[in-house]
Amino acid sequence: MKNSIAALVVGFVFAIGLGLSGMTQPQKVIGFLDLFGQWDPSLIFVMVGAIIVHFVTFKLIRKRNSPLFSSQWHVPTKKEITPALMIGAFIFGIGWALGGFCPGPAITSMASFDKTPFVFVISMVVGMVLFRHVDKKLKLQK
Amino acid sequence: MSQDWMNALLGGVLIGVSVSLMLLWNGRVTGISGIVNGAMTPVKGDTLWRVLFIAGLFLGGLVMGQLNPKVFENTIASDIWTTVAAGLLVGFGTILGSGCTSGHGVCGISRMSPRSLVATVVFMAAGIAAVFIFRKLGVY
Repeated sequence: MKNSIAALVVGFVFAIGLGLSGMTQPQKVIGFLDLFGQWDPSLIFVMVGAIIVHFVTFKLIRKRNSPLFSSQWHVPTKKEITPALMIGAFIFGIGWALGGFCPGPAITSMASFDKTPFVFVISMVVGMVLFRHVDKKLKLQK
Repeated sequence: MSQDWMNALLGGVLIGVSVSLMLLWNGRVTGISGIVNGAMTPVKGDTLWRVLFIAGLFLGGLVMGQLNPKVFENTIASDIWTTVAAGLLVGFGTILGSGCTSGHGVCGISRMSPRSLVATVVFMAAGIAAVFIFRKLGVY
């Protein structure tokens, strides 16, 4: 239960960060990716801010034997650069550019009760389910 | 430094703090596509935290919307099928590629994961190329 409440708090703070930073405005995201047009570089500072903080905290936190509300760490350890990783990232990049939404900001934007983020999130979930069906046959992630 | 940049930096710091709390408390990476995907297959003891994380994202949005409705301004006039296509691509691509902007772009790069570095470069490059092409095609 503690870990679930913790996740609620994390999601809440994350969403405040997204809203403050401009990530919930698709035109800003598209403007950020519009390197060869009307480039709006401001969103680079979202990554810079987040990475500077977490680069430091990651090292400090991982010195502990275990996290506070779990008996073990669940941090990914895979190292191989696979075709699935690159093709998946490529497909994601195109979708991100098309709608101006990545998963977090889309969910947070549902709080606007506009139609677009709802349609986006439902389609995103369908895309995830679709992946499972395709993957069962083709074993893409191997 | 303009206000936009300051807000972006502050928002980024808050995101960095939140993913740090997820690691300290639950020992997990805050990868939103993975959390959503995992929430769809109920596993005892591994579902509630996912659902509440998503609820937190939504609640944070509600509070932000009350403080400043402009945070949800969307001037991209995309028709419904463009949005459907975007969602499908993001859903499929993030699971095939094991992550999105949060898992690879923030958490992965912060711990210098080579997979996340590669994924982030690829989705940024693909996004930049796609915006260039979509602009030419008049999608926006």
